[in-house]
Amino acid sequence: MVNPPETQHCPTRRRLLAGAFAAGAWPVATQAQFRVEIAGVGATQLPVGVTKFREEDKSGQSISGIVRADLERSGVFRIVDSSGEFDETSRPNYTDWRGRGADALVAGSAARLADGRFDVRYKLWDVVKGSDLGGQALAVVAADLRLAAHRIADAVYEKLTGDKGVFSTRIAYVTRVANRYTLRITDADGEGGQVALNSTQPIISPAWSPDGRSLAYVSFESGKAVVWAQDVASGERRSIANFRGSNSAPTWSPDGGTLAVTLSRDGFSQIYLMDPNGGNLRRITQSSAIDTEPVFTPDGKSIYFVSDRGGSPQIYRVGASGGAPDRVTFSGSYNISPALSPDGRTMAYVNRNGGEFKIMTLDLAGGTVRTVSDTVDDESPSFSPNGKLIIYATRSQGRDVLMTTTLDGRIRTRLLSSGIDVREPIWGPFGR
Amino acid sequence: MNHPLRITLCVALLSAWLAGCGSAVKLDDKAPVVDAKATPAGANSGASSGASTAQSAVTTVDASKINPVAAGNLGRVVYFDYDSYALKDEFRPLIEGYARVLSSAKAKKMVIEGHTDERGGREYNLALGQRRAEAVAKSLVLLGAADSQLEAVSFGKERPVSEGHDETAWAKNRRAELKDR
Repeated sequence: MVNPPETQHCPTRRRLLAGAFAAGAWPVATQAQFRVEIAGVGATQLPVGVTKFREEDKSGQSISGIVRADLERSGVFRIVDSSGEFDETSRPNYTDWRGRGADALVAGSAARLADGRFDVRYKLWDVVKGSDLGGQALAVVAADLRLAAHRIADAVYEKLTGDKGVFSTRIAYVTRVANRYTLRITDADGEGGQVALNSTQPIISPAWSPDGRSLAYVSFESGKAVVWAQDVASGERRSIANFRGSNSAPTWSPDGGTLAVTLSRDGFSQIYLMDPNGGNLRRITQSSAIDTEPVFTPDGKSIYFVSDRGGSPQIYRVGASGGAPDRVTFSGSYNISPALSPDGRTMAYVNRNGGEFKIMTLDLAGGTVRTVSDTVDDESPSFSPNGKLIIYATRSQGRDVLMTTTLDGRIRTRLLSSGIDVREPIWGPFGR
Repeated sequence: MNHPLRITLCVALLSAWLAGCGSAVKLDDKAPVVDAKATPAGANSGASSGASTAQSAVTTVDASKINPVAAGNLGRVVYFDYDSYALKDEFRPLIEGYARVLSSAKAKKMVIEGHTDERGGREYNLALGQRRAEAVAKSLVLLGAADSQLEAVSFGKERPVSEGHDETAWAKNRRAELKDR
């Protein structure tokens, strides 16, 4: 069991990010303390040294600490003794590093520029081969130092594994403390949290726009379920579905040009498409059952959704402009909350079996169903944009917590937030 | 509250009734029923103190605003079985009572809020709660309310009245609440 360093950082406030307040002015909510626990590790871990970046203490962020924690949290890397003073211009003593057991080495610096920004530089070496794998320089404002560290971790991850890293992506989720709800955005490691919405009424079903600039969500602030779309940086928002009855389950098409929602305006919960401003409403399911939880395929051509037209909720697929749906789930009598991998090949969802709610994956081509979690009260699966991880909410020791897992269920992390319930995580896209 | 006009109307109705036109005069049309078990307007409601004119006594009913307390005998909540949105027989009188209230006060509006217990997904439960609220609304419309007087909405599992994790708590949360607007 790996014990990563507990990373606690003062919350940095991005200059342009302003919270949108649902009910008057609130004091800034206290920052949740996330502790990451990793259970289960990969068969082989790549040993890496990540030395302290020159001058990072003066920058106010432990850049090397964030890189170390990111790499360790993936379960793919093990951090070796990284003591010593190095930077990106060093010439490593490969013998020394091989002696420490490292296969790779990262070193860098974070010098303050005259204009107040920071010049963050790093280099990566292959210790086994004794070669330089290149590096980068990023000039960032203080508020983006965490992001710079995550970008370095992504670059190292990609160089050494061949897969794109997701350390610099963001997640959004909902918190609840008594009767106070927030919609919160954090880095993928759970740190650097910012509040997008404060409310005394429930918030559910957040959904990222494909460009990562907006969040759609359902708010009950007006006394019923209404869908809103909010620009994350400015806090500007508008209600885009406020029809008679309940308006919910927003999701964006991959090109960002369409939203699918569930509306009860015609007397049944049915799925409709609309433009991002709420216009051009088209109903695409035609049943007198419950049809809800739409999600687009990555190619934008189909929509998966939940329907109980057969008597109990199952997952179906329909063409994006409507038509006759095909049923997709056949094992178990209660399957909901579909999420599709970025390559379109795997669906994660929630299955209820005898009172237990578990995240499962379905290989869409072959039909193999796999259990992914070892908890019994799971909800809300969401894929990372590199398709390697699923984040979901579950209940553990009386608290609602967020978990990430590899698709095979072998490497799991738990984002624990002391004192507050967290739910409904949604993983943001690449490139913010 | 005493309104001379109301007293006049009530006396007129009472007179008509006494004059033997009872079958043509539906007293319920004029005075909303505030209690499903209430005695018809015009009869001695028991408020008068046994004066010699008890048979002529009139009790004023203010129909301008239905007082939730006065309608309190009806209850405000309909409960449901697990995974069900079927209206149970025991709530029929409540629904009928509100249908009468609504059909005799066309300006009155109500909202029906559907809820589920905590088990299951949020969006599916939002839709289940919606179905429960719609079932109540449809029954009210069948019994005389106008569709435009009602809105059915849902809170799914987001607003439990009981935070417990057993059937006692769950049963209290599977409900539709009727509220004035």
